[in-house]
Amino acid sequence: MKSAVVLLPGLNRDRDMIAALTKISGKPPVTVWQTDTEIPDVDLIAIPGGFSFGDYLRCGAIAARMPVMRAVAEKAAKGVTVIGVCNGFQILVEAGLLPGALMRNTSLKFVCRQIKLEITNANTMFTRRYQPGQIIRSPVAHHDGNYFADAETLARLEGEGQVVFRYAEGTNPNGSINDIAGIINEQGNVLGLMPHPENLIEAAHGGSDGRALFEGALGIAA
Amino acid sequence: MIKARITVTLKNGVLDPQGKAIEHALSGLGFDGVGAVRQGKVFDVELAEGDKAKAEADLKAMCDKLLANTVIENYSVAIT
Repeated sequence: MKSAVVLLPGLNRDRDMIAALTKISGKPPVTVWQTDTEIPDVDLIAIPGGFSFGDYLRCGAIAARMPVMRAVAEKAAKGVTVIGVCNGFQILVEAGLLPGALMRNTSLKFVCRQIKLEITNANTMFTRRYQPGQIIRSPVAHHDGNYFADAETLARLEGEGQVVFRYAEGTNPNGSINDIAGIINEQGNVLGLMPHPENLIEAAHGGSDGRALFEGALGIAA
Repeated sequence: MIKARITVTLKNGVLDPQGKAIEHALSGLGFDGVGAVRQGKVFDVELAEGDKAKAEADLKAMCDKLLANTVIENYSVAIT
């Protein structure tokens, strides 16, 4: 299975994502730069975490307007799988590929710790290797992960099963509405989440709870 | 040349944790009677465009495309 990782100035989790995809898919992903207008034929495009463009204006706002994101949008419209983690989630939201917005954590503090995630919908390509309601562990590291959507959008997300991951057991680190940690688009091929599943894929990380997400998204056997 | 000031504010009903923290800090400084504080952004923009109507249309497009996130923010444009 072929994958691509989007690179933008200020991202700092790109090497983690490249390492995770290399280990899970068996081959290194291609990388695409902010000015690239085309993305090679791949099964999965990942937008890693970090602080693209120094979080200037709003987190992800400037990255979302770079040429490479038009290419990502074209691929997404054709059904290619897209995952945005942390800053990648903020970029997808700013690019309009996912609804809502990610705002400053209600604590106003940067949070860097392990939280628990509930699989709220196991019927997606990203969560099919988990059980419905399963609780998994995942690290988070962000300052702006407080998901917000207006009442109408929120009702649609909840009603259509687009809320895929929820912070579980009182571990919501940022005040996000309905404890939302990750959502998919209507077509089900674009996922954004604040936690970092790529940082929990092997024993050396202290666990592999995040591995099944990539196995599901890449359609490879566990 | 036209100069303009764009003001971006959070929509009503959107929680503003930074505004809340500022509100508490003002109370802590002894400013009694401070109600809600909402934080926003100001952009001063210079345009080569000479036509005011065209400039205003351009500035609004800039807000819609980049300067404001209309999911959570409102904006206003004032040509100075």
